[in-house]
Amino acid sequence: MTALTHILSKVKLQVTDKEHTHSHVEAKPYSNPYYVGFGLGLVLLAAFVIMGRGLGASGAVSSVVTVGVNAVAPEHAQNNGYFSSYIGDGSVSPLKDWLVFEVLGVIFGGFLSGMLAGRVKGGVEKGPRVKTRTRFIFAFIGGTLMGFGAKLARGCTSGQALTGGALLGLGSWAFMLAVFAGGYALAYFMRRQWT
Amino acid sequence: MNAPFYKFDLFGFDVSLIIAFVIGIGFGFALERGGFGSARILAAQFYFTNMRVLKVMFTAIVTAMIGVFYLSYIGYLDLSLIFISDTYIIPQVVGGLILGMGFIIGGYCPGTSFVAFSTGKKDAIVFILGVTFGIFIFAELFPFIEDFYYSTNMGRVTLPDFFGLSYGMVVFLVVLMALGAFAAAEWGERVMAKKGESK
Repeated sequence: MTALTHILSKVKLQVTDKEHTHSHVEAKPYSNPYYVGFGLGLVLLAAFVIMGRGLGASGAVSSVVTVGVNAVAPEHAQNNGYFSSYIGDGSVSPLKDWLVFEVLGVIFGGFLSGMLAGRVKGGVEKGPRVKTRTRFIFAFIGGTLMGFGAKLARGCTSGQALTGGALLGLGSWAFMLAVFAGGYALAYFMRRQWT
Repeated sequence: MNAPFYKFDLFGFDVSLIIAFVIGIGFGFALERGGFGSARILAAQFYFTNMRVLKVMFTAIVTAMIGVFYLSYIGYLDLSLIFISDTYIIPQVVGGLILGMGFIIGGYCPGTSFVAFSTGKKDAIVFILGVTFGIFIFAELFPFIEDFYYSTNMGRVTLPDFFGLSYGMVVFLVVLMALGAFAAAEWGERVMAKKGESK
């Protein structure tokens, strides 16, 4: 009898152990940045060798915006010098675009990596001193500046800094230095949001 | 010369879209592994407490740069067939400054916001809406800023062209600069960690 209760308690212990690990999946720590950078560099190199072009991100959003505006106000979109460059002659949808498919891959790849490491958790990224509402307002303002700046610079951190940086483009390196300068210039005023 | 494959018509446009998706998976996977799905980690770059952004970015740039240099040196990759965007120096610097400010205010850049979105971060969704809005504003204002947008065009100019150095020399100098930046980043993180402890 005592042997049986002993076994039972052991089984019970194991079950609670299992439950414990299931309900508190610890997010694995992020990988060594130099290894990640090497891997990212190989992905970029593969894009150069296979496609003859680098990576990007903001261009995909431009395609989506173009399709949206073209659906609501087609005449307006086609008369606009910027939208019309994305519409082309109208025979191919702006969504049938290399960057659009690449970004779909980015979302899938990010999700895959997050799943494998127990990091798909939702939530809001912010420091402890600001409310979620404040964070959302800043996220929107920052995103707006980011979209505008990326269009003016002809690419974002992916298309200009990373891709153009590896190809030693002059404009890309000037852009990269400007990005860090802009970030560091405002960092002090933004510290409440992050620290 | 065998590469870039696409430029040598080894496959067509439809296949290139599948390749785009696969390359995107690698890109997104690497960004998430690096911690770039977290706005706090990205922002930490600007407070010197976590220099992962610099480390990952410069390692990636150096890796791809050396790869491109080597493959074109042995005659496998035709560098002239790789797309390099023309330099419009003033609009690009101004755009970079605006983008950098957007980075520290919003916490992401477009690529990293997609990764953050894929791991469920709600602020990333708001940020992506902001990017969409910013691009919309840019396009609507385009007739007024068109002249500035196309100003100071320097063409397809690279650092070797600009400084009158050989390609290999610039590659070597960038590697040296990256190693210096890594050393400074490791040192900076240690200093900031000590500062944090003493608080």
